[in-house]
Amino acid sequence: MLSIKNLQARIEEKEILRGIDLEVKPGEVHAIMGPNGSGKSTLASVLAGREDYEVTGGEVAFQGNDLLEMDADVRAREGVFLAFQYPVEIPGVSTTNFMKTALNQIREHQGEKALDAVSFLKRMKEKMKLVEIDQSLLSRSLNEGFSGGEKKRNEIFQMAMLEPKLAILDETDSGLDIDALRIVANGVNTLKSADNATILVTHYQRLLEYIVPDFVHVLYNGKIVKSGTKELALELEEKGYDWIKEEADATA
Amino acid sequence: MEKIAGQTIVDSLTSQFESFEKSLNGQGKSAVHAIRKSAFETLSNHGFPGPKSEAYKFTNFTKAIEKNLDLDSSSPTFGLDAQLISASEIAGLNAHKIVFLNGIYSEEHSDEVEVQGIKVTSLAKALKADSKSLEGIFNTQANFEKDAFVAMNTAFAQHGVVIEVEANAVIEKPVVLYFIGDCTKSQLTYNIRNLVVAGKFSQFTVIEKFDTIGEHASLTNAVNEFSVAENAHVQYYKIENDSGKAYHISNTHASQAANSNFTANTYALNGAMVRNNLNIKLESEGCEAYMNGLYLLDGKTHVDNHTIVDHMKPNCYSNELYKGIMDGSSKGVFNGKIFVRQDAQQTNAFQSNKNILLSDKATVNTKPQLEIWADDVKCSHGCTTGQLDQEALFYLQSRGIQKDKARAILLTAFASDLLENVSNEAIKIYLGEIIAQRLEK
Repeated sequence: MLSIKNLQARIEEKEILRGIDLEVKPGEVHAIMGPNGSGKSTLASVLAGREDYEVTGGEVAFQGNDLLEMDADVRAREGVFLAFQYPVEIPGVSTTNFMKTALNQIREHQGEKALDAVSFLKRMKEKMKLVEIDQSLLSRSLNEGFSGGEKKRNEIFQMAMLEPKLAILDETDSGLDIDALRIVANGVNTLKSADNATILVTHYQRLLEYIVPDFVHVLYNGKIVKSGTKELALELEEKGYDWIKEEADATA
Repeated sequence: MEKIAGQTIVDSLTSQFESFEKSLNGQGKSAVHAIRKSAFETLSNHGFPGPKSEAYKFTNFTKAIEKNLDLDSSSPTFGLDAQLISASEIAGLNAHKIVFLNGIYSEEHSDEVEVQGIKVTSLAKALKADSKSLEGIFNTQANFEKDAFVAMNTAFAQHGVVIEVEANAVIEKPVVLYFIGDCTKSQLTYNIRNLVVAGKFSQFTVIEKFDTIGEHASLTNAVNEFSVAENAHVQYYKIENDSGKAYHISNTHASQAANSNFTANTYALNGAMVRNNLNIKLESEGCEAYMNGLYLLDGKTHVDNHTIVDHMKPNCYSNELYKGIMDGSSKGVFNGKIFVRQDAQQTNAFQSNKNILLSDKATVNTKPQLEIWADDVKCSHGCTTGQLDQEALFYLQSRGIQKDKARAILLTAFASDLLENVSNEAIKIYLGEIIAQRLEK
């Protein structure tokens, strides 16, 4: 589904990704972990098409197509979804209207008819239940005045509405209390299928107790320095990142 | 003689004023004409605002007229067909319609307003019939000594409306004034003077809409005088959507008596240069004044909104919100003055001006001015100018929304609180559509 080869990217003059290789197949959950500043969020942003970053080398294929050639909105319509670390507040735009526009643009792109009002509402209701989010919240301006937990639940709600093929969750767990974390994790787990894939970008192992990854990768200095299974996450939780850094620095 | 700015304009106006006087016959001795004479004298002595004029600092209207208009040319005849006239109208607006073609009242296209409690007369008719009836209405709010364009208007304006709303009258249907200019064959200059008197406890809405069509330059000089009596509620809309060659200046003066409520909604959508002076005097206690403005500019359009709210007495409230979206090499100017006199304790006055610049060449000059002489007041002002929020744009795009559509969503949202303020549904829809069309390009 997603094939990243030797991906390098920088922001302004600063090299952040220095050659990432990653293969993600349908049905898989990958966790990307790493210390602060290792490039985790940059990787998520580059995949979603944020223009602040300049890709300086490597390639990314998504379902056989060159992802890097696509604008952010085309990527989304092709099935890439980024749950933001810091969801943006947009005054004057309600989540409901926003989702209607987004969903219908995606459907149009995929050759489907726009949803009628009844079907749209039905879908809204169903997905709202999944992330335990209230209608009144969705009628309000997008994320404006939402609590941290509400913002993150809204991200998962949007993901549920849009049904992406590849979901990238950028530190969706950080700052969440245990209830909100459970709700978010439950949402992600319910949406998981044999046809879609998930990349969890996280600093902590805690999320991985609720969403069990098939693979765990450790990012350090813009490279994946270690890959393993969920046991690797437990090891990191126990020992911290220093031993990884030492190992990586020694081989560098 | 002292050198004045705009001498060439004054020169051509002088010969026009002379021939105007000759054409007057019986009206030459009227009180109105005495005012006209004195206004013209003021104008010829002091001229137009020069480059050093503080009030016209960012908008050299005088130079713009000198450069782009030939005031000696005679006014063209209106040649647009009925279809173009109705195209300027606001769809679905249920209102009493008054139409001015090239600045001249058109009986043919206007409704006869026969509703209990309101009297709508064409100014030209009122002047002919009995100019005494205009005493205490004409030239009571606007001061021609303070603004040269008011002086020019006072000297020359023969068209406009006189609207008198009786005490306690609640007028359901708004009065809409359509000003349609035909600049397809030659230049056009006209003055418009509207006089509105709202009686005690009356309630009423007036809408002005300005359109010019054609490639030639035009100059519109409008003056509105509103007198809002005790407990009256008056809403005033101004929608200006001229051609890119239109020079438009307006002076709107309103005075409010106790517990009255006045709202001015000003929308500047196109033109070469637009200057709106809005002056509201809160002359008694318990007044509320709302000033809302939206300017949506592109190309080389230059729009300057100058507002003054004068809190003269205690316990009044004013609220001002102006927003601008500027693209191309357009230029926006906002100058908002809140004046709180010593007597005006317990004043609540709020002002906000927000701008978005969509291109590197677009500019805005914004200047809030607070002059407060009372010591127990709540006043605030704020202005922001920025670009479109790139993070928000990316957020919408990351959900599959095309960039141009995402941009339109964000700009519409930015302007949305000004649309929410519009209580007339037809106007709200009309403006919403224009904004959506403009922004989704």
